[in-house]
Amino acid sequence: MTAIRSTTTTTRTLGGPGRILRLGAGRAVYETRSYFRQGDSLFFTFLFPTVIFVIFAVAFGSSGDVGAGPDGTGGISMAAYYLPGMAAAGVLLSGIQNLAVDIATERSDGTLKRLAGSPLPVLSYFLGKFGQVLVTSILQLLLLFLVARLVFGVELPGDAEHWARFGWVYLLGIATSAALGIALSRVPRTGKSASAVIVPILLVLQFVSGVYIQFSVLPDWLQTFASVFPLKWIAQGMRSALLPENFAAAEPGGTWDVGTTVLVLVAWLIGGTIVSLLTFRWNRKDA
Amino acid sequence: MTESASAPVVSVAGLTKHYGEVEALRGVTFDIAPGETFALLGPNGAGKSTTIEILEGFRDRTAGDATVLGTDPTHGGIDWKARLGIVLQSTGEPGNVTVHEQLSHFASFYPDPRNVDEVIRAVGLEEKAKTLIRSLSGGQRRRVDVALGVIGRPELLFLDEPTTGFDPEARHQFWDLIRSLQREGTTILLTTHYLDEAAQLSDRAAVIAGGRMVALGRIDGLGGDEARIPLVRWRDVDGPHEQRTETPAAFVADLVAASGGEPRDLEIVRPSLEDIYLELVQADEKERNSL
Ligand SMILES: Nc1ncnc2c1ncn2[C@@H]1O[C@H](COP(=O)(O)OP(=O)(O)OP(=O)(O)O)[C@@H](O)[C@H]1O
Ligand SMILES: [Mg+2]
Repeated sequence: MTAIRSTTTTTRTLGGPGRILRLGAGRAVYETRSYFRQGDSLFFTFLFPTVIFVIFAVAFGSSGDVGAGPDGTGGISMAAYYLPGMAAAGVLLSGIQNLAVDIATERSDGTLKRLAGSPLPVLSYFLGKFGQVLVTSILQLLLLFLVARLVFGVELPGDAEHWARFGWVYLLGIATSAALGIALSRVPRTGKSASAVIVPILLVLQFVSGVYIQFSVLPDWLQTFASVFPLKWIAQGMRSALLPENFAAAEPGGTWDVGTTVLVLVAWLIGGTIVSLLTFRWNRKDA
Repeated sequence: MTESASAPVVSVAGLTKHYGEVEALRGVTFDIAPGETFALLGPNGAGKSTTIEILEGFRDRTAGDATVLGTDPTHGGIDWKARLGIVLQSTGEPGNVTVHEQLSHFASFYPDPRNVDEVIRAVGLEEKAKTLIRSLSGGQRRRVDVALGVIGRPELLFLDEPTTGFDPEARHQFWDLIRSLQREGTTILLTTHYLDEAAQLSDRAAVIAGGRMVALGRIDGLGGDEARIPLVRWRDVDGPHEQRTETPAAFVADLVAASGGEPRDLEIVRPSLEDIYLELVQADEKERNSL
């Protein structure tokens, strides 16, 4: 009986693509379920963009429209103006912050060690994380858009072209963000310090990338610095999808610069993926 | 099968491990035959977990040979891991999932898993199946660890102090579970500080102390025949006495004849596994201190 079983298990390999995908899907369900059972991640990554959006929208509710032309038309409310930035922040938080903190914590609390001792392929683990990020970030954006539309009356794009643009900016942004999250999970030395290490870095990035402060008012050197990182481009991409076309004039080059957005994000995606694949270890041996 | 039926499931020779300056293992050697339950005994810091984690592939060895299910554990892949069951000494996951969710999730990783409900029943958690793991007591969480170790129907099961925190009933339930695995032919490597547990469950044992093996053999023959010679203790006007003798009854008869009465506080003891173990470990300590 045992002999028969071990014959079949040693000849049939468990690393096939079908099994990797099936276990990846199983992991995604499992991870998403635990994500929503965790109080702090729910607040700091899931609700955060919506909370900040509501604060801004209320605080600047009386400041009138921005971006109106000389004839007084084409302007939008401050709430509408802040929406793309908050969507970009959501993509960043759901990807980088969520995964970097999550994986660093799993490494130090023994979760990864337990998985390392099981026949779960590393790729399935990554797929599960990505699935969780995808589901939670879509729900997060949905909530943000619902609040913007229903509570603050923000006009959302009415045409397929803008939604298509939103779609690829989102997908490229979230993939890049997830890859960088896995890569960055090696940085914190312990799970406890993970939030303290990761959150401030991302907060600075949000301030210099045009999420909270309008990008064009930043000094040139700071704009150049921020342009190296993906968040500035995700935010710009979100503006190109969610703001009226006449706002393109307010961008640094006077256009949405879609080509550079794709280029920068793809570069970070490839870089992040390579670093993740090269540096990911189930556990620190001997630690 | 790549390995023949009688080839050892675990084979360790001259296993050595240094953590910087610390020499945690200095040449540990043993084999475990298919279907055998092997206990690794020794005081805190002896090197039991180090040995077991090297065999599980979690740590690299400094020197020596190790083969587990025909594979060097440093290179064990997914197919190899599918044949192992692992219960680590310490686990501390936050446990945002229920007992049943966690077990069915891990069951999905294995080609031929056990039935989830049966395993939950075998570790006595049927009433907690729908409880979040983080809400369980320490001993109950430990039972989840054991359940996760056996869910994949392993050929080889590693148990590093599996019953820490178990109440007596849970311990007996665990023994029953292990006996049923033994009947199925599972090979088991067990460490424990409960010598009655080792005596109950294992066929053979090694005692390690300070990273070296001080004894190896059948659990009922550990320490040699010497260590099992009965001990006669009594008291007279000169104080307490003890004498090791193969013929305790004759010795006591002589004692009675010589003193002309009933010796005070008389007892005849056959050394328990615990006595033998303590003697082995203390002898080793003395030897090392005298160096
Ligand atoms: N990661 C590590 N880094 C440095 N030293 C270590 C490490 N792990 C274990 N040691 C040392 O190696 C020795 C053996 O440790 P090990 O955990 O194997 O003991 P053990 O026999 O399992 O003890 P216990 O019964 O307490 O579980 C100890 O002296 C310990 O301090
Ligand atoms: Mg130990």
